[in-house]
Amino acid sequence: MIVGEHKPIPELLSAIEGLDTILMVGCKGCVSVCNAGGSKEVAILAAALRIARKKQGKPVVIDELMLDRQCEPEFIEWLSEPVSKKKYDAVMSLACGIGPQYIAEAFPGVRVLPGLNTSFMGGTLTHGIWAEYCSACGACGVGNFGGLCPVTRCAKGLLNGPCDGSVDGMCEADPETECVWEKIYERLQSLGETDKLDRACAPKDRSVSLSGGPRKIVREDLTL
Amino acid sequence: MNQTFEPEIVVFCCNFCSYAAADLAGSIRMSYPPNVKIIHVPCSGRVDPLTLLKALEAGADGVLVTGCMEGDCHFVTGNYKAKKRVKYIRAMLADMGLEPDRVQMHNISASDAPLFAKTAQEATEMIRALGPNPLKGCKAA
Repeated sequence: MIVGEHKPIPELLSAIEGLDTILMVGCKGCVSVCNAGGSKEVAILAAALRIARKKQGKPVVIDELMLDRQCEPEFIEWLSEPVSKKKYDAVMSLACGIGPQYIAEAFPGVRVLPGLNTSFMGGTLTHGIWAEYCSACGACGVGNFGGLCPVTRCAKGLLNGPCDGSVDGMCEADPETECVWEKIYERLQSLGETDKLDRACAPKDRSVSLSGGPRKIVREDLTL
Repeated sequence: MNQTFEPEIVVFCCNFCSYAAADLAGSIRMSYPPNVKIIHVPCSGRVDPLTLLKALEAGADGVLVTGCMEGDCHFVTGNYKAKKRVKYIRAMLADMGLEPDRVQMHNISASDAPLFAKTAQEATEMIRALGPNPLKGCKAA
C-alpha cells in the first residue's frame, strides 16, 4: 500500500489561512489502512483544525467526505455534487499525492490542498508501524535476492552486498533497521541457493524508473 | 485569574477500576468537586483521540481519562492504549494552540476512592488555573 501521514497541524493551519469553508476528503484505500486518511483521521484532523481556528478567533467550516478511492476518476466524480452545491474555498485531500492531483484536474476552479505527506510504498510491521518495502523501480529483481528487495531495504541500495557495516544483523546507517543483506543471505541459505551470491549482479536498468519522467502503462486489451 | 470560574471537566471512567473508585467515593460519602462529569466506558481503551477532541470542541474545559493501574487492566492493554492516545492528543493540542494539560490520563484502582477524589480535586484546580476553554464564547463559523 501507499503509506502516508498527515502534515503537521501548523503547516495545515498555514495552508488554510484566510479560507473560511473547506471540504476535507478522505480515501478508503491505502491511506485508510495506514490510519492517515480514513474516516476517523478525517474527523480528527477536521476537529483539530476547527478548534485551532476557533481559538484564533477565525472559525472555519470544514465538511467531511469519504471517497472509495481518490486514484480513480469515477470516484472523483462523486465530488461534483458537493463541490457545486457549496462554494468551498478549498478541498483538502487526505489521500496520497494522486488524490489532490485528480481533484485538481477534475475541478479546474477549485483550490486543492494536500493534507497528507505521501511517504512510501510499504507494509504494516505491527499496528502503528509501517515500513518501506518497494521503490517502484520498474524492474523487480527480488527473485535474485531470496524474495527480498535490496534496492529499497538496503540503506545503500547495494545489488552486490552486504557492505560489511552491519552490526548484529542491524544496519549501520540506522541501528533500528534490519540489514536486508543478512536476511537475503539467510533466505538463500534456507533455499540452498547461496551460489546466487557468487554471481555479480549487473548495474540496474534505471531507464524504467522515474528517472525517465512520469511512467505510463498501456494495456491495449483493456483500453476502451 | 478568575476565582469564580468553575471548570466543566469530562471524566471518562473505565468500568472495572476508576468508575468503581468513583462509585466507592460516593458510597462512603467522600466529597469531590462537582465539576467532574463522569462518562462510564467499558475500558479506558474505548476512548479514542476523536472522542477527546470532540469533548473539547463541545466546550469541556478539561478531559480526563481514568483507567486501571498499569498492569491491572481488565482488558490487559486498554489503559496503555489510552495513555498513548492521550499523549498523542496532548502533542496535537500544543500544535493547535491549546494547553496540553486540558487532557490528562490517570490510573486509579477500584478500591482507591481517596485517589479518585484527590485526582478530581487536583485536576479541577489545575484546569481552573488554565481558565475557561478558549473555544467557549468564540463565534461559530
